[in-house]
Amino acid sequence: MTDQWIDVCAVGEINEEDVIRFDHGQHTYAVYRSADSEFFATAGLCTHESIHLADGLVMEHVIECPKHNGRFDYRSGKALGAPVCVNLKTYPVRVEAGRVLLAITV
Amino acid sequence: MNSANAPLVIVGAGHAGGRAALTLRAEGYSGRLILIGDESHPPYERPPLSKGLLQGTIDLAGYSLCDSTRLAELEIEHLAGNPVKSLDPQQHRLQLADGSWLTYARLLLATGGRSRRLSSLPEHLGNVLYLRTHDEALALRASLRPGARLVIIGGGFIGLEVAATARALGCTVTLLEAGPRLAGRVLPERLSSVLLELHRSQGVDVRLNVVIEAVQGNACVEAVQLVDGELLPCDLVVVGIGMQPNIELAAAAGIEVGQGIRVDAQLRTSAPDIFAAGDVCEFQLHPQGVFQRQETWRNAETQGHHAALNLLGGEQPFEVIPGFWSDQYDWGLQIVGVISNAEPTAIRATAEGGFLLFYLDAEQRLLGACGWGQGNSIAKEIKLCERLIAHPNPLSLDALADAGVPLKQLLRS
Repeated sequence: MTDQWIDVCAVGEINEEDVIRFDHGQHTYAVYRSADSEFFATAGLCTHESIHLADGLVMEHVIECPKHNGRFDYRSGKALGAPVCVNLKTYPVRVEAGRVLLAITV
Repeated sequence: MNSANAPLVIVGAGHAGGRAALTLRAEGYSGRLILIGDESHPPYERPPLSKGLLQGTIDLAGYSLCDSTRLAELEIEHLAGNPVKSLDPQQHRLQLADGSWLTYARLLLATGGRSRRLSSLPEHLGNVLYLRTHDEALALRASLRPGARLVIIGGGFIGLEVAATARALGCTVTLLEAGPRLAGRVLPERLSSVLLELHRSQGVDVRLNVVIEAVQGNACVEAVQLVDGELLPCDLVVVGIGMQPNIELAAAAGIEVGQGIRVDAQLRTSAPDIFAAGDVCEFQLHPQGVFQRQETWRNAETQGHHAALNLLGGEQPFEVIPGFWSDQYDWGLQIVGVISNAEPTAIRATAEGGFLLFYLDAEQRLLGACGWGQGNSIAKEIKLCERLIAHPNPLSLDALADAGVPLKQLLRS
């Protein structure tokens, strides 16, 4: 089990205070850029009904699911109340030479 | 028995009732809690019944609020198959079908509704299906075989979502709507039009302003006959003509009802210590507003939650911005706030043929918005609209109509 760094996109491809969907292998991720340009990543699907979170709204450090308004703090993955009760898995992210990289365990 | 120490009882184990039960435990209520339902399943959300369940992409576990193990862990006593026969509000008790009495401290009525029946269709016909419950959805799924000829009666959301799913499953679909447009009771004209265009482009034979004369067949419907004499041969009929709220239990107990069980701002009915929530609940959005019911996921979720807080002694009024969505084929519509029958005040074109309709008051504050787009692509904008409705400031019509102006910017300006 080692961490493998995967290239997601250029820094400029994610707007500030926004999120994109990133698919890799059999998995889908949500990659966030905060208002002060920090980057984060979580599992891509809501833990409530497997909706792609990247269609949701980012306000400050919270992602709100597009369908049922389940809310998570995307920095920690913490579920912030009904209807979501299971936290999101989070992944390390770093920026290198203008690229956003995501660590997955292989 | 002193009712003050009696259990909290919830009648109706659907989404609203289930959410209320889970909220009571989450809020720390540790007394006896009884959840009474008609269905044997744990509480579940209904939207997937017309979509993912029929297509086999999600199952009951995927849309249940929790499973029976969790109910047991939380000591929520789930009574199924022993429905409530009558209420005795004066004595704080209710009678179950088996004749036993149950005293409650406080009671929540979340009795929901049942499919409106089409009276011209005899009930014994084997291939006439309605869609409200998980079991009904399973029966429908078993009938939606490729090549099956389906006639859908009703061009509301159930009919339209079933049509979309049935097309994906390879059925031939004719959809009959009595009114002049699709989902005309709740949707603005423009959304009815794009839905009509979408369904027709997907091969659904949509008929508007249709009057059904009769059905042919003995054990099963073999054809639906229209008043102009046309015969529509079919293998299956799905009726989606709305919901009838289950108000009889409350009405028989002398609780005030209108089109639903009437409540005040705290979701209290006219009887002491009895609350109502969910599809059956008739409430006012504003103190001077008309009484209305909301048959939506959001209403079941938020009212169930709120009723639980007030069952525990909370006094907060139920204040919410209403909203709902529908998914058909690869498209989604979302509505938030209150939209009028008038033309939208501003229209914004969005990506890939989508759009946003904005409804403003005389002071140019946002009251409601509708979005149409691929998948969930409109969700972000609708969520921002919800925040614009919650913090009403006069908005520039030019900015609303300009796709180059982020709505987030309007929220923060």
